[in-house]
Amino acid sequence: MSTTLEPLLRKHPLFSGFDDDSIHLITSCAKNVRFHEGDLVAKQGEPADEFFLIREGRIAMEMPSPQGLMRLQTSDAGDVVGWSWLVPPYDWHFDLRAVSNVRAFSIDGRCLRNKCESDPRFGYTMMKRFSKMMADRLEATRLQLIDIYGAPADTTAP
Amino acid sequence: MSSVLHPPDASALQAGSMLPEPWVVVSRLEENADTFTIELRPAEEGTLRPFAPGQFNMLYAFGTGESAISISGSPENSDTRVHTIRRVGTVTSALDRLAPGDTIGLRGPFGSAWPIEELPGRDLVFVAGGIGLAPLRPAILHALAHRKDYGRIVILAGARSPEDLIFHDELLEWKEEPDVEVKLTVDRAGIDWYHHVGVVTTLIPQADFDPANAVAMVCGPEIMMRFTAVELNKNGLPDSRLFVTLERNMKCAVGICGHCQFGPEFICRDGPVFRYDHIHHWFSQREV
Repeated sequence: MSTTLEPLLRKHPLFSGFDDDSIHLITSCAKNVRFHEGDLVAKQGEPADEFFLIREGRIAMEMPSPQGLMRLQTSDAGDVVGWSWLVPPYDWHFDLRAVSNVRAFSIDGRCLRNKCESDPRFGYTMMKRFSKMMADRLEATRLQLIDIYGAPADTTAP
Repeated sequence: MSSVLHPPDASALQAGSMLPEPWVVVSRLEENADTFTIELRPAEEGTLRPFAPGQFNMLYAFGTGESAISISGSPENSDTRVHTIRRVGTVTSALDRLAPGDTIGLRGPFGSAWPIEELPGRDLVFVAGGIGLAPLRPAILHALAHRKDYGRIVILAGARSPEDLIFHDELLEWKEEPDVEVKLTVDRAGIDWYHHVGVVTTLIPQADFDPANAVAMVCGPEIMMRFTAVELNKNGLPDSRLFVTLERNMKCAVGICGHCQFGPEFICRDGPVFRYDHIHHWFSQREV
C-alpha cells in the first residue's frame, strides 16, 4: 500500500520539499479512503484523528443554523480538509459530508502529531503550511461575511 | 494625471445619444427576488443601433428618471435589446413595474466594450459576481456563437445563495458545450446544493485555463473584482490581460456631467469596460 501512496503524497503541495524520512513517515500514517455521496465524513464534536487530501469528488462543511442544515464551504480534488487534528482539543468543529462519491487520502492526525512533537523542525513546517491554509480560509470566510455580491449601500442608486 | 474635464467626444453625440427614443417592452422575466429581465424593441424604425458586448443603454422610466443598464442579450440578435436589472432605487423599481406593451425611453448604446472580438485563439475566463453575470452575458454568448475562434472558455459565477444566481438554467446549458467549463458557487446553501460553496475567488485555482494565453473578463462589485484580480495574478494572469467593468451613477452617458468620474476617467465615456492595469491604482482609493 505504502509504495503506491508515497509518490502521490510526495507530489502533493502540502508535502512538497519534505525529506525522504518525513515522506516515509507521512506515508505510513496515510491510507486510501472512499465515501459515497451523502456519507457523513466527520461529525462535529467527535475526535479529529485524521485529515483528508481529496483525490476526487467533493466534501462539504455543514453546520446547523436557524434555517436548517447549511453548507458553508466545499472542498474539491487537491484540497486539504481538516485542521482540527493539529489544534487542541483535536475535535471536529463542523460536520463534513460527501457531496459526491469521494476518493481521498486519510492521514492519521495522531500519528503526525507525534512526529510533530518529536521532530520540531517537521512540526514547525507542518504548522506553517496549515497556518497558510487556515489564513486563506479565514480570508475567504471574511469575503463571504461581507456579502461581496450585494447591492452597494448607496441610497441614491437609481 | 490628465485633466478631469474632457470635452465630449463628438462621436458620442450621435442620434439617440441625448434624446430618449421610445421602446416597447416585449417580455419580462423574474430572475430572482430582486432581479428581472426585460426585452425591448424599438417603437420607431431607424432607432435600433448595433451594440458591442459590455455596452450599456440609458433606460428612462417616464415620470421617474433614467438609469444606466448594461445590455445582457446576445449581440447576434438584432431585433431586440435585453436588460437584466436589479431593483435598487426608484428608477429601477419603476422599470420593474413595466409590463409587456408598455413604453419606455432609451438612449444608447454607450461606452466601451469587452475586447471579445480581438481575442481569437485565446482562452477566455469569465468571472461574475451576483448580477455581474448580466454585462458578461453578451460576451459569453458571442464566444459561444463563434466557438471555434477561441480556446477554452471558463465561466465562474458566484452569488449569495442558490436563489440569487441569475441565468441558472442557461449556465447549466453552457456547461454542456464542448471545452466550456462552468463552475457555480454560493456563499451559503442548503444540503440540496451540489455545486461549490465559498467565495468565487476560490474557484480560480481549480479552473482549467492556460495563464500564458488567457484573458479574463470580470464583473461584480468592486471588492469582488479586486480580490478576483489578486487571485488571477496568483494563478499567472497579469493585470494587462484582465478586464473589468465598473458601475457608477451615470447621468449624461456621454462624458459631460461628471457624475461617473473615477479618478481621471469618466466611466460612461472611457468605460465601463477597462483594462485592469489602466485603473488598478484607483481600485485601492477608498474615496474615489
